Amino acid sequence: MNLLFHIGRYFMLMGEVFSKPERLSIYWKRIVEEMDLLGVKSLGIVSLLSLFMGAVITIQTKTNIDSPLIPQYVVGFTVRQSTILEFSPTIISLILAGKVGSTIAAEIGSMRVREQIDALDIMGVNSAGYLILPKIIATALINPFLIILSMFLSIFGGWLAGTLTGIISSSNYIQGVQYDFDPYIVTYALLKTVVFAIVIATVSSYQGYYTTGGTREVGISSTKAVVYSDVVILIMNYLLTQMLLL
Amino acid sequence: MIEVQHLYKSFGAVEVLRDINAKFAKGKVSQIIGKSGSGKSVLAKCIIGLYKPTKGKVLYDGKSFHDMDKDEQRLLRQEIGMLFQSNALFDSLTVLENVLFPLRMFATMSEKEMRERAHFCLKRVKIENSDKKFPAEISGGMQKRVGIARAIAMNPKYLFVDEPNSGLDPQTSIVIDELIREITDEYNTTTVVITHDMNSVMGIADEIFFINDKQLMWQGTREQLLKSDNAALNEFIFAGSLMREVRKTIT
Repeated sequence: MNLLFHIGRYFMLMGEVFSKPERLSIYWKRIVEEMDLLGVKSLGIVSLLSLFMGAVITIQTKTNIDSPLIPQYVVGFTVRQSTILEFSPTIISLILAGKVGSTIAAEIGSMRVREQIDALDIMGVNSAGYLILPKIIATALINPFLIILSMFLSIFGGWLAGTLTGIISSSNYIQGVQYDFDPYIVTYALLKTVVFAIVIATVSSYQGYYTTGGTREVGISSTKAVVYSDVVILIMNYLLTQMLLL
Repeated sequence: MIEVQHLYKSFGAVEVLRDINAKFAKGKVSQIIGKSGSGKSVLAKCIIGLYKPTKGKVLYDGKSFHDMDKDEQRLLRQEIGMLFQSNALFDSLTVLENVLFPLRMFATMSEKEMRERAHFCLKRVKIENSDKKFPAEISGGMQKRVGIARAIAMNPKYLFVDEPNSGLDPQTSIVIDELIREITDEYNTTTVVITHDMNSVMGIADEIFFINDKQLMWQGTREQLLKSDNAALNEFIFAGSLMREVRKTIT
């Protein structure tokens, strides 16, 4: 019953969020600010994770398939497939749920406990729309770029680790990266990314918006935002994979 | 005018307000007083629509707030100014931007006119020199003034003030009280103040509403307040030594 209550309230909140905005120009300005806060400021962590994850996949693949029957280029192929299909869209989104989701829940939760959301409501502002809609649009727009960057950096990280350690030649790795490439997997990955971005922004905003109490509760909301965003991302990942790949 | 009719409010099984009836007149400062936890803030939140009453009505110039649709409620709220106990200023915006906020959201004027209006409001509350500062960089009293400037930016018909003197020294409290009085007279607003500060009550209240034990137990003017024989009211207002001295002088 509790779960149904939250699902119902979540969709009612989304109804508020997507109702007509008061001033489009103000919303547009907020979208740009949110893209900077939630997207551009995540570039560092996404780049670092992607580079190292690509490097690790290369080394692990090479050490696990060290057989003369398996061609060398399989390493590059494996890095590309695992990066584009799962690592970049899903794992990076899970990481972003931690960073961005907690930021969103803490910001909105603090505004709630400090009566700033009440102030917006009393002014006649649609507080849900004003606070949440720009975050949804911003993450849905900026996250695909983060994920594309992550894909390139992960594959580059794999190449760097492979060639610097000498476990694979540059030409073999590049041959594997180019081998049997189906562009649809990028479409699939980006579709997942957009859905995950919406999940992160809406689930975290929901947790923050309905915070009651004080600073301790803001912390609890922040943690819940990360946990529930991750759970929903994992469920959506399974459903989308079944729908789009089978 | 704002009218509260047979208002009840419960949270689950806990009843907080019972059969409240009150009229808050235009151009007057109406103060709701009562002990901490008596339900006065809940009453205010029911009046401004943050809480839905369990039963009863809140009428704004004859129109029931809770029977309006969401768009009508939002339009009405643009006529309401509110000063919160915590001030509720937006931390990421400067003082000027806080005052500009409702104007940018709703006013149909140019950016230049909005800025002029915001500067006028800041000047009105005597804080025009701090317009570029952030709320965290100014004192509690100054934050109250910014809250008032933001509340009057849209020329409100109704002004709600929640605990305006909390956390302020006596001198600053008087300045804020005087400002509320002046703005009520100047804008002819229906002003409702939630307070437990008897200095504020004796300073600016036209009409006083005493909430005790979930109910509106007494209402009247400042003069009637001092002569009341309501035991619960007397216990509340004469709890402080200053008010006891006032009573001695009167009697």
